[in-house]
Formats: sequence, C-alpha cells, structure tokens
Amino acid sequence: MKSKHRELIKNAAGRSVPAKVNGVPVIPYKGVGKYRPEGRKHGPRIASAVDFPIDGDKRVENLKEALVKAGLKDGMTISTHHHFRNGDYLANMIFDIAKNMGIKGLRWFPSASFPCHEHLIQYLEDGTIHHIEGSMNGPLGKFVSEGRMKGTAVLRSHGGRYQAVQDGEVGIDIAVIGAPTADPFGNANGLYGDSACGLLGFALADSQYADKVIVVTDNMVEFPCIPWQIQGNNVDITVEVEKLGDPDEIISGTTRITRSPDRLLLAELTARFCDAAGIIKDGFSFQSGAGGTSLAVGEYFRQIMRKRGVKARFARGGSNKYLVSMLEEGLVEYILDGQTFDLDGVKSMADNPRHVWTSPFTSYNYHGKGNFAGMVDVVILGATEVDVDFNANVVTHSDGYLLHGLGGWQNCLFSKTVILPVPLFRDRIPVVRDRVTTLCGPGELIDVVVTERGIAINPKREDLISAVKGSGLPLKTIDELKDEAERICGTPEIPAFDDEIVAVINWVDGTVIDAVRKVSK
Amino acid sequence: MEKTGIAGNSGGKVRSDCKVLLTLAEQGGIRTELKSKVGALYGESIENLVQDILRFFGIRHAAVIVEDSGALPHVIAARVEAAIKQVMETTKEFLLPFSVEDLPNAESGRFRLSRLYIPGNTPSMMINAGIHEPDGVILDLEDAVAPDRKDEARLLVRNALRNINFYGAERMVRINQPPLGLEDAAIVAPHGVELLLIPKCEEAGQVQEVEKVVRASLEKAGSVREIFFMPIIESALGVENAWQIAMSSKYVVAMAVGLEDLTADLGVSRTEEGRESFYARTRIVNACKAAGIQPIDSVYSDVANMDGLLENVNASVALGFEGMGCIHPGQIRVITEGFRPSEEEVDKAKQIIEAFKEARKRGLGVVALGSKMIDAPVVKRAERTLILANKFKMI
Repeated sequence: MKSKHRELIKNAAGRSVPAKVNGVPVIPYKGVGKYRPEGRKHGPRIASAVDFPIDGDKRVENLKEALVKAGLKDGMTISTHHHFRNGDYLANMIFDIAKNMGIKGLRWFPSASFPCHEHLIQYLEDGTIHHIEGSMNGPLGKFVSEGRMKGTAVLRSHGGRYQAVQDGEVGIDIAVIGAPTADPFGNANGLYGDSACGLLGFALADSQYADKVIVVTDNMVEFPCIPWQIQGNNVDITVEVEKLGDPDEIISGTTRITRSPDRLLLAELTARFCDAAGIIKDGFSFQSGAGGTSLAVGEYFRQIMRKRGVKARFARGGSNKYLVSMLEEGLVEYILDGQTFDLDGVKSMADNPRHVWTSPFTSYNYHGKGNFAGMVDVVILGATEVDVDFNANVVTHSDGYLLHGLGGWQNCLFSKTVILPVPLFRDRIPVVRDRVTTLCGPGELIDVVVTERGIAINPKREDLISAVKGSGLPLKTIDELKDEAERICGTPEIPAFDDEIVAVINWVDGTVIDAVRKVSK
Repeated sequence: MEKTGIAGNSGGKVRSDCKVLLTLAEQGGIRTELKSKVGALYGESIENLVQDILRFFGIRHAAVIVEDSGALPHVIAARVEAAIKQVMETTKEFLLPFSVEDLPNAESGRFRLSRLYIPGNTPSMMINAGIHEPDGVILDLEDAVAPDRKDEARLLVRNALRNINFYGAERMVRINQPPLGLEDAAIVAPHGVELLLIPKCEEAGQVQEVEKVVRASLEKAGSVREIFFMPIIESALGVENAWQIAMSSKYVVAMAVGLEDLTADLGVSRTEEGRESFYARTRIVNACKAAGIQPIDSVYSDVANMDGLLENVNASVALGFEGMGCIHPGQIRVITEGFRPSEEEVDKAKQIIEAFKEARKRGLGVVALGSKMIDAPVVKRAERTLILANKFKMI
C-alpha cells in the first residue's frame, strides 16, 4: 500500500512524526521553548478602498454569491469557527454550496468541529473536501481515525491556530465568519441577535490574515454595529442569511455542576489541594474549564474564597452563569473570556465592563510578545490519559480513536500551576499509564494529577510538594497511581495500530509533537 | 435446542458490567464472541478468562457471547459463572485470587456512623464505594436486586467482596430475609464479609438460623474469621422482640431500624419529624444499650435535601443512635459530621478523665470535678466522647 508519509523523524519527545504533512515539510517538535521562528509574519494583500462601495455597503444577495465573489475554486482553504458549537449551520451550508458548484479538493480549516458537522463526511468521501485541519469532536474524529480521510488532519490548539495563520503556515483563501450581529460594512459582534454566542475571538486571525473575508449574519443592523469585535475594514463581503444556527445548541445551557459523587470528590480534592498549596490568595487568578467537574472546582473555590475573604484578580477561560455570579458577588474582579457558554455569560459580557472578551491572540498565541497564559496562577484541565512522566493526552482515547479537540489546552499548560483532575480509570480503561497513546502536552509543564485515589505532584515541583506537606491530602507518586490503576483494571494490552498516519498534533509553536495512527480493525 | 444461560447487563447506560449469553453444545469446541468497549486493551485477557472459567467447569463445547462495557475481571467471572449455573448443575465456584491484601479481622466495636448501601447487582457503583470513606459498605442483595436476579447478584457480591478494595470500610452484605437470605449468607460467608445485615428481623430465631448457616459455611471453607450481624427491625413485631433479637447471638454487634417498612406495618405515614416512629426508635435504642450493642438509625431517603438530612442526624444523635444508613455517597459526610463531638464536649470529657485518673491515683472513692460529682456512667460517656474525638482526629 502506498504510504502518505514515507519519511519519519523522531522528534525531541521521542515520537515518530512525518517530515511532510499533506506534501509540505514540517518542523519536528524540539522541546518546550526550543524552537525560535525566523522571518516575518504572513502579509495579506494590500486592499484599496477604491475596490469597495464608497457607502460601505458590502452586501450580496446570498451565501453562494458571496462565495463566488470571493473566488471559490478547487483546492482552496476555507475557514470557519466554532462560536456556534454544536448548533452551527454555517459550515454545512458552505460545503453544500461547494458541492453543488462541483468544487473539489477543499481544505476545511475550522477552529473546531462538532458532531453537527457529521453532515460533511459525505463531502470528505466524494472529494469536495480533501482534508480537515482543526480539532475534531465525535464522528469526524472517528472517520479520520479509521483512515478514511484523503489528506492528513492537523490538530492545533487555539493559540496554535492563531500562530499558524499569523506565520503563514496556513494560508486562508476564504474566511467565512458567522456573526450574530453585523452591519453591511462588516463590523460584527457575537453579543446580540438570535444566534448570540458572546464573542468572535476565534475568527480574529482569519479576519486579519485571510485573502477574502465574508461576514455572514442573521441579524443585519444599520451601521454602526457596536461593539465591533470584528472590524469591517478587514471584511470583503457581507451577507444575510435566515439562520446561522440552532440557538438551543449554540448556547446549549451551562453544563450543570456534576452531581456524580466521584467527580465531586475529584473537584473537592483539587480545590483542597489549591488551598493547601497557598494558591487561593488575594489577587490570584485561575482558569477552569466548562465541564461538570471543572465547574464543581469553581464552586469549591467560591466556598474557600468566601471563607477566607479572598478575591481573585481575574478568571480566564470560558464563562457561564457560575463564573458570572462570582464576578457579580465581587469574588472575581475581571473575567477574561475566551468563549461564552450560556445566556448569563452573553448578557454579562454585553453589560459588564469587567467581563471582557479576549482572543487566541491575547490569551494564547506563542509567537507573540508574550500572552496571558503564563500569568494565570492555576489552571484546571482535563485529559484522556496521563503517563508516569506526567505527559498528557487530550485528543485520543487509549484505543487510538481521535475524539476530542485540543482547544486551548496546550496553551494553558504555561500557567504557573497546571492541575489535571482525572479519574484513575474510566470503565476499566486506566487513565494513568506507562506512556500516553498520543502526546499532546509535555510532562515538564504538568504539575499535579488529582485522582479519586490519590494526588501525584510532579517531582520537579518541590515547592508544591513542601507546601502541601502535612495537609492530610492523599499524596502518592505517579507510579503508585499507575500501579493502582493496573491492579484494579489489569495491565492493558498494547492496541494494534496501522502504520498509516491519519493526523498530526502540532505544538503551540507550530512544530509537530506527535502523530496519530490509523486504528486497526 | 439447548437452553441459553443469560446473566448481567449490557446496552444503554450500563457501565462496568457485561452480559453473558451461554449455550452448551454437543460439539464444535468453545466459540466465544466478544463485543467489548475495551476490546483494544483487554480483548485477549477477557477471552482467556472466559476460556479458563469454562475449562474450570468442565465445559468443552459451548457458544458464549460477551457484551462488555468495561467490566472488571471479577464481574466478568461472576456473570459467566451465573450463566453457566443456569444451564448446568454444579456446586463448584470459580474464584479469582483475593486481590485485597491483608484483609483485617472483623472488629465488633468499630464505628458504624455511616454505612453506604450499594445495589448488589450494579458493578459500576461498587468500584468507587470505598473512596467516599463510609464506615461501612453494604452490598445489598435484598431490596436493590430484582427477584429474578438474586442468583447472579449473589455471585457478583461474592466476587466483589474478594476483589474490590473498599479502602478500610467495613465489608457488609445485606442478605435477603431468611429463608432466602440463608443461601445468601452461606455463599458470601467465606469471602471476606465482616458483617451481615439481616432485614425484616422479627425474632431471635432468625438470627440464630443465619448464625448456624454462617458457621457451617465458614467451617466448610476452613475459615476462622468472625462475621458479625446487624439485624434490621422493620415491623411492629420486630420492635416488640427487640431485646431478644439484640441478645440472640454473641455476633450481634448492632441493630438497625428500617422506617419505611415499619411505618407501613404500623399503617402510618413516615414524616420528616418522625413522631410516628418515636416509640419504636427509642425502644430499639434502649434494647441496644441494654445489650451493649450499637443502635443504628434508618436511612434518610431524600438525597437532595442535605438540610433535612442534617436535622435527621441531629435527632438521631439526641435519641442515642450511633450510626445511620446512607443511600448516596453525598450523605456520608453530613452524617459523619453529625456525630462529631463539639470542642466543648471533648474538653469536658478530657477533664473528667483526668479528674478520674487523679482520684484513682490518690485512692479516692468519690471523684468531683468542680462542684459536680463524677460517677461511673459519666466516666463511661466521657471515654466514648474521647474515642469519637480520636476518630475525628480532634485529639
């Protein structure tokens, strides 16, 4: 069988990665902070106002006309964004049009894909789409894992996506930005309208660097659209559609705080650890995800902060009603929001000047003059696997299936303390393992693994180890945790993988940290 | 057409369990078909385990289907054995080696402040029962198991006792009301169970019957372990016989009240404040104290209402109960904390013990603390407070 990746290189993490991905040479991972880029950023074409309507009205009749006007043709790179999460209609509409026009070989460059995009599998099969570069959740991930996609998937973190666009690693031919509110000039925001999603940060890079930028809205307002999270001066074409998405799925409602006693225990142990380590103190900052366990960690933080009379300077990350209520209670001075998960979050962002929208540029981009990630005192993240060297995996399951995206996960690893609360095993699958199936985050950046059966601190964090000494927390070594997982579950067999590489995982600096192999049937 | 033995659960939201369908055949060897969520990591070991079990039971020709959702080996073994026992007569038992190291000897006087009920046929709920640190874990073969699943549940509970680490929680099993429960007792006795709960207990004879069966089972297995009993009083007759039941066996170390059934038997509704069961509860407390065993209160069934639970615990403590059942891990801490002595109580108890020791040393017959006389019961209560304080790491 012909192999797409003939030449393999062992990178600094000891992982075999291809020398070329989709025909383009790539740089293997060199270690944290070891790769320094040279050269200049990608320069978009100079535009002239002479080519745009002097009255600022860039509207066309419909999405197809917009795509045609933008010059849609075979082999182009089309970008979209996941502000509408699992309620997104836009990406599917774009590729329906492309299919009807007989366009082939497109590269889809979403900031993330969701189960609602299962619709696009037919276009991957018929060649309308050649391959996807972006995080994959659910059915598309499965499709890729089984080796059914023609090209190789490239997974990047949110910061890595910004970096790749900025550095010109990914040239976007047409960026299609779904905007809950926009004006005919192209100013846009996510705050108002039926499809309100909060902010449009994931589209920032695309608006700045793509050749053509289309803003699509289902709530066209008269100029000026205030505030302009996306600036119309970067936009080529605007178009109105009836509906961008399913509001119930866009703001799917806050994930509820977990009620699982096992997960609550994990969350409580995590909060107790932070407390014992002296992290929860006046002026501190934190980032916690939007999953049920992370939300519970936030709630335990709230209790501790109330008890101690402590205020956080800022909270980073996705917002929801729980975080908003901490802001309103005065426990958090600022929310630096990257993604809004419910209507409380959207409303707060619209009304409260202390609830600020951010972007992957401000928060995460590694090829910038710094970013916010390193300023966060503690970040709570998930993982599918962690190994005895504290390396972690967040994209594949132990059976090799690619089922989750990277999100901002890799970028957050630069926070001062990185904590992964994970169950020791999930339905017999050990989470703490000898070696992660896919390396997404190097262990040197991961400080603490909290499981329901004990907490392991990375030995290099001697400060944390001595801070929590005598706290009564169930401290264990990572090897002890691994042994316990295997004692309960049995030693796992090594799953069979095909040699074929179906996806690569980029590190925050654009180097390739690992490759994902096709699962063997 | 051969009969098919079916055991366990699969599909839908089932986790950590498996369903086994086994049909004996005349020829063709063993044909296994494994559909597993964890096949990539454990497929081979599951196949091997199934083969081992069939060989152990002397089965040479059969078709076995295993639909697995991440069951641990002891669960798979229990399910396969249960399926086998539906299609052939055998008294053999397939046992994986004990995986819980240094199983301590049962201890009659240990605390039983919280004891967590876990359905006896639901493997996913057993695995993590111990991490919530209840004083006891009860694998429930009675109300939590449907009548047609009792056989498979018994094997599952037996295996769970051997192979799940409950992290120091007392290993309890609620058997069915005898006579059905006698079979439960006989099967689980040699496998590390420390205490059997005997439900709907109405007379001393029922406990003695269980004791006989347990002794026989332990003897047969060559085990010298002790197994304690906690009868549950759940009827008017049981309440009347509380004292005899408490005294029925030296292995009775605690006695519980079950208010759902009791109030039904009395023909009254169970209320938050529990006035309707006041007599029964105080009667049971009294019988227990007289017999020198622990009185244990009923469960509180509204798992979302922590305030109600706390009030309930406070009322229990005030009546003299020394523990309560939990039906959700979230209740454990509220209940345990409810039994925590206050700082003042602990200080006072320390002073009493000090004064008592001092008086002893000086050979004084009468002990006084300030202006108050201290007699033996006061000392006894103080000792108990200090033991509790020690459990709570207050001293």
